[in-house]
Amino acid sequence: MEFNAIYVLVAREFKKFIRERSRLVSAIARPLIWLFLVGAGMSRLVSPAGGMSYTQFIFPGILGMTILFSSIFSSISIIWDKEFGFFREILAAPVSRLSIVIGKGLSGTVVSTIQAVIVLLLFPVLGLNLGLLQIIEVLIIAIALSFCISTFGILLATFYDSYESFSVIMNFIVMPMFFLSGAMYPVKLLPKPLAIATKLNPLTYGIDALKNAIFPVEEGPMSADFSLATDMAVILILSIAFVVIAARLFERKK
Amino acid sequence: MPIIKVENLVKSYGNLTAVDGISFEVEEGTIFGFLGPNGAGKTTTINVLCTLISATSGKAFIDGFDCAKEPSKVRKSIGIVFQDTTLDKDLTAYENLVFHAYLYGVKKSEIKTRVHDALNFVELYERKDDLVKKYSGGMKRRLEVARGLIHRPRVLFLDEPTLGLDPQSRANLWGFITEMPKKHNVTIFMTTHYMEEAEVCDKIAIIDNGKIIVEGSPEELKKTVGGDVVSLRTRDNNWSRQEIKKMFGIDAEEKDGELYLTTGKGDACIPELIRGLGDMVLSVKLQRPTINDVFLKLTGKAIRVEDVSGMSNIKEEVRAYRRRH
Repeated sequence: MEFNAIYVLVAREFKKFIRERSRLVSAIARPLIWLFLVGAGMSRLVSPAGGMSYTQFIFPGILGMTILFSSIFSSISIIWDKEFGFFREILAAPVSRLSIVIGKGLSGTVVSTIQAVIVLLLFPVLGLNLGLLQIIEVLIIAIALSFCISTFGILLATFYDSYESFSVIMNFIVMPMFFLSGAMYPVKLLPKPLAIATKLNPLTYGIDALKNAIFPVEEGPMSADFSLATDMAVILILSIAFVVIAARLFERKK
Repeated sequence: MPIIKVENLVKSYGNLTAVDGISFEVEEGTIFGFLGPNGAGKTTTINVLCTLISATSGKAFIDGFDCAKEPSKVRKSIGIVFQDTTLDKDLTAYENLVFHAYLYGVKKSEIKTRVHDALNFVELYERKDDLVKKYSGGMKRRLEVARGLIHRPRVLFLDEPTLGLDPQSRANLWGFITEMPKKHNVTIFMTTHYMEEAEVCDKIAIIDNGKIIVEGSPEELKKTVGGDVVSLRTRDNNWSRQEIKKMFGIDAEEKDGELYLTTGKGDACIPELIRGLGDMVLSVKLQRPTINDVFLKLTGKAIRVEDVSGMSNIKEEVRAYRRRH
């Protein structure tokens, strides 16, 4: 593994992230819209059990959504790099495919975690009470989930060569992933077929882990669906699988 | 020992044989020109040598390393300037080079000096903090050449380095390319379909339909199509012909009122002609054979400068092959 290459891939992503103000602004605007427009409206319609407002209930889901979009966006930039040729510079270097995948995965992790932290800072506004330990817990989950989704995005990017595929990925993969993740409604209330689809979605476990950390003692329909240990195990195993498969797929050029 | 050695290299995509059993060697410190029309197999050969694709059969070695078995060592000893730009347009020139240095494992303490030197060499130091998207085509290509040198490769591959550049940028780029073997201790392997550009090479191999049809120095190749031709108009062709016969022992041909004589060293014989024929001479013209004439003679066709449709067919076929496998 080449750490120099991993480092420079992350540094490049970070530099571009800071430079592109519009990306940062829209990354922060999206969760705000969901929390305060959709959340506030829905709060009038549904009132979850246990004295929790709907806006509070979707907070872990919105954190997960922030991670989903920013991680996928970062990884999908590989398709841009392919289209504009820059990816050949990376593929022609004396660097193993594993290092490239890990480097890109960590790139997504860094920018995605930063955005998740910005959203996390909103918790007092929503009337949530989080202790330092919980915040650290959320941070660790955010890092693990960001890496998992980023490597999933890299896997997607290996199948596409042109940026026209971006809307396909957004509409047919990212949006369904978001809605079938337990972000907007508890998985245990879903009809069976949807519940199954939800359980196949890596984001579900990330959001569930966040629910575990943010509402630790909640009971009833709004509580977490799995144990924190299960959530983290699934995220880690999937991350490793995505890294290994993506590295393999990059090799396939005949 | 040659720095590049290729033995019986074959690369086929299904029924399409892009490279059909080629062999050649490149000596260290020289400029080697790989010439041929679009779709002849130049880029495929480069891709095999750069370990980006694997050969169907045959062997290739760079700096003694086997391209198939030791790709990582080969990659460390080569630099590549691809046909299409591979710069990150959203980074500055400086950042692009630093990125490259890290990617190739250049020691941290050396990165700054190397990047500065490379930028100075291609005269882009003043513009180092500009985003690459603000660069012109010629500047981008120069930056890519500079980038290719950052990790001190033994061989620099240039795939159609001047494609799409205006004449001025092209001449400017050639200045840097011809300086490189001495200044940077590097061997140049370049492809081009501009035959006139091949004149600066120490050795040329011409490839057509995946096969090398001729190899040699530009001078050697041009000799195969006959020497220089001096054509002259005189006041008295008959008298002049006799004088020429006496001076050089050559029978000049007369065509359309002009005399043509074919000779090895056209430039050297002009002063002698004028001295001998005196004011009988009205005008003198020297025509030298070009590499294009060599290609024309060997294949019976001129090199297609832009055979776009043919090229895209081949690319399409390669893509289809990759999808199937």
